[in-house]
Amino acid sequence: MQHAPVQAQAHEEGQQHPIKLYMVVWGWLFVLSTFSYLVDYFHVQGYLRWTLILFFMILKAGLIVAVFMHMAWERLALVYAIIVPPVLVLIFVAMMVLEANYTQFTRLLWFSSGS
Amino acid sequence: MAEATVTHAGDAPGRPDGLRGIAADISSDQRAFKTASWGKAMMWIFLLSDTFIFSCFLLSYMTVRISTTVPWPNPSEVFALHIGGSDIPLILIAIMTFVLISSSGTMAMAVNYGYRRDRKKTAILMLVTAALGATFVGMQAFEWSKLISEGVRPWGNPWGADQFGSSFFMITGFHGTHVTIGVIFLLIVARRVWRGDFDVGRRGFFTDRRGHYETVEIMGLYWHFVDLVWVFIFALFYLW
Repeated sequence: MQHAPVQAQAHEEGQQHPIKLYMVVWGWLFVLSTFSYLVDYFHVQGYLRWTLILFFMILKAGLIVAVFMHMAWERLALVYAIIVPPVLVLIFVAMMVLEANYTQFTRLLWFSSGS
Repeated sequence: MAEATVTHAGDAPGRPDGLRGIAADISSDQRAFKTASWGKAMMWIFLLSDTFIFSCFLLSYMTVRISTTVPWPNPSEVFALHIGGSDIPLILIAIMTFVLISSSGTMAMAVNYGYRRDRKKTAILMLVTAALGATFVGMQAFEWSKLISEGVRPWGNPWGADQFGSSFFMITGFHGTHVTIGVIFLLIVARRVWRGDFDVGRRGFFTDRRGHYETVEIMGLYWHFVDLVWVFIFALFYLW
């Protein structure tokens, strides 16, 4: 009961942050996108390529969620409820990598002519 | 960052922080998300479900790409454009990325001006966002027609693994649909802002509820999510 007026107030005023913060994040998103494009442009290959791509991807996603979507200012209960489930998708990724590698193995073994 | 904020929306005075705060909020026998309104919480939960849909698409793309024994077409060459006498790799996709990021920036500004109750600037920024979104969809239509004319089909293509076409049309098509829906809703909300609906508390046409400027932020959540999904598609499909 105690928190009811607080909510009404937060509801009224909403998220108020200085314009400059959005500008800085916007600028960084441009810079990071340029970097990830340059990875392809300069034909960086192998593990370095994948590391760089994933690194820039995570940074961009983090900036968008934290600042543009205001997740940085929400209570942890919401943050965890929304962020943890997608992270668990990584387990699904691991399962499918195993499965796909097995499929490829059987294809190479039995249908070596391709497809 | 936190010092500079005018209103610290994460504050719920009298409630504990950290893990203890999570336990206290969820076990409070009341609403679990103390500072997010029901509208915002519902949009977040919808976006979470959408995350799973796109995760499944990207996962199936990963699975077929790993398991095929035929070489995967090189996206860098497939999406190159012939400009000024030379092939520039992935240039169209790079421009699309910048267009979408710009639209995310204007959307964030629109939300900000909305809470400052600057009706005109909010509406104009939302219209700019919608225009950038429409530009993105237009470029995607160009990309699709170009690939289709080159012989890419969901069941085959001239350069390699057949699964390339199905993954491409499925993933970018679903994302493009999201952008299109976003543009339509941006126009609807921009009209309501422009008319001053949120200042006088006019009832909405669909739910018959009174709107407020938080509607702009909830619309913004959806729009930023569309940009967010593109970040993953750009990295995992086009750059990988």
